[in-house]
Amino acid sequence: MAQASAPMAAATPARDLGRDLAGLALILAAGLAGYWLFPDNLSFLTRLISVALLVLSLDLIVGYCGIASLGQAALYGAGAYAAGIACLNGVTEPFLLILIGAAAGAVTGLLMGTVMLRAHGLPQLVLSIAIVQLLHEAANKAAWLTGGSDGLAGMVPAPLFGLFEFDLWGRAAYLFGLGLLVAVFVALKLLVRSPFGMVCRGLKEDPLRVSALGISAFPVLLRMFVISGAVAGMGGALGAISTQVVGLDSVSFELSANALVMLVLGGLGNLYGALIGTVVFMAVEHVVAAIDPFHWMTLVGALLIAIVLFAPRGLSGTLDEAARILARRPRRAGP
Amino acid sequence: MNPAAASPVFAVAHLSKSFGGLKVNHDVSIAMAPGERLALIGPNGAGKTTFVNLVTGRIRPSAGTVRLGDEDITRLGAVARVRRGLVRTFQVTRLFPDMTPEEHVVMAILQRQGRATRILARFHGAGAAADEAADILATLGLTEVARRKVVEIAYGQQRLLEIAIAMAQRPKVLLLDEPAAGVPSTDTPLIERALERLPASLAVLMIEHDMDLVFRFARRVTVLAAGELIFQGLPADVARDDRVREAYLGSYAHAGR
Repeated sequence: MAQASAPMAAATPARDLGRDLAGLALILAAGLAGYWLFPDNLSFLTRLISVALLVLSLDLIVGYCGIASLGQAALYGAGAYAAGIACLNGVTEPFLLILIGAAAGAVTGLLMGTVMLRAHGLPQLVLSIAIVQLLHEAANKAAWLTGGSDGLAGMVPAPLFGLFEFDLWGRAAYLFGLGLLVAVFVALKLLVRSPFGMVCRGLKEDPLRVSALGISAFPVLLRMFVISGAVAGMGGALGAISTQVVGLDSVSFELSANALVMLVLGGLGNLYGALIGTVVFMAVEHVVAAIDPFHWMTLVGALLIAIVLFAPRGLSGTLDEAARILARRPRRAGP
Repeated sequence: MNPAAASPVFAVAHLSKSFGGLKVNHDVSIAMAPGERLALIGPNGAGKTTFVNLVTGRIRPSAGTVRLGDEDITRLGAVARVRRGLVRTFQVTRLFPDMTPEEHVVMAILQRQGRATRILARFHGAGAAADEAADILATLGLTEVARRKVVEIAYGQQRLLEIAIAMAQRPKVLLLDEPAAGVPSTDTPLIERALERLPASLAVLMIEHDMDLVFRFARRVTVLAAGELIFQGLPADVARDDRVREAYLGSYAHAGR
């Protein structure tokens, strides 16, 4: 019986693997191209990678589990502050700082998930906003630890591998960030293709069916919150290491909302969309804000309206659709 | 009186549910032996949906017990009941639109094996589970569509997939909630054939409207009307029973008005 479906069987996983490898090569190529083409903008590009990790983490929650969140920066900020505080207290090894950020994000994700998963729909969304606002206020008030509204500054991470300084030009920070992004992306691709990832997709599509299979939703979703928190926390830690400051904006509603906008712009539930959305949003912000700092949001707004109206699956979904139409033509010869 | 009473695999005793003053289910008792094929029928509004929800743990009963084998499962939640072997299908199919039939069945198999939520494993690399899924899908004639998205396959095939998933779960007791609902009559033989192939030792409780299907499938019939069981017996006797006729005629008379 297994043979009966073998011709189709061979196609899907292999094609997925091919696509993933191509996608990965594309990310690396784009990343290195950025390094050669914009040597003066590496600190901006590193910030972009840091935010891309945040948007990836949001895709795990929104795109794969179907839980809307407007508080994802709570996890990002937790990682940023944890890494910043650790660095100021003598822990300067960059890999260790990333791990500290991941751990802080994961713990915050556990707490946030425990609270948010008690509710559904709109109340859940409101809870996410409340959590990020609470943390924002906490970071503001605990000035002895977080620097309050001044934030943390003066972190000096140790050289990468003991060799490459995190200097003014930000070359080490950028390549470090790019390596981190690629590693996280590979791990997340494996994650979403695991049995666990499939159950998450199932929970997004029909929770009642999942429970009829004998699978409890809560522990699955809570684990995803922890994983998402770790990814966002790494993003925050990368931001802290590369900019060497941590401010209240890293744990803000605004950043959370922007992350969601980037995700919708790029497309939900395939991880590529998170990257594409981040690049487009931040590039537009960077370029247009330099020309007209007051109206750049207008352009982003117009772009978003156009996406929602004409390409509801986001930029990545539209690219995917275009690729499928192009690929279908020659194959139509078959049955 | 009841052949299942000796060693029932599934027993509902004096189950009642009231919403406010309205008794939706009242003193319902059913016992099923392994291998049983029992049909629960009743006119619209008889309380069949409430009964399903009580048995599957979606809602709590006001009184009465539900037992699976030796265990009292009345206080257990819906997921825990499934894990103990009480599996259901849905009256309106509940499937993942963007997934393939194969993925549905593999997920059910992995869950049965306790591997459904593993992170460090590949879903599509689960060799033995994929083979088993292919066998189940072949048994139900779904091989052709095994790798299409569910939204792209016919409704009759979606109904068969519901049965395939249930088979993959290897239940002790299977609750079929109107397994042929919404299927064009030309396709109902496919559903019937699938039901005939269910494991002989499995206890099957079918909730159904379609009397033809009930007569062909069930060896015992029980009738629910206005929340109470008014008949238990052989399919051949059900149409002759005065209370059953009254219940159905009554509801048809109301429906015609």
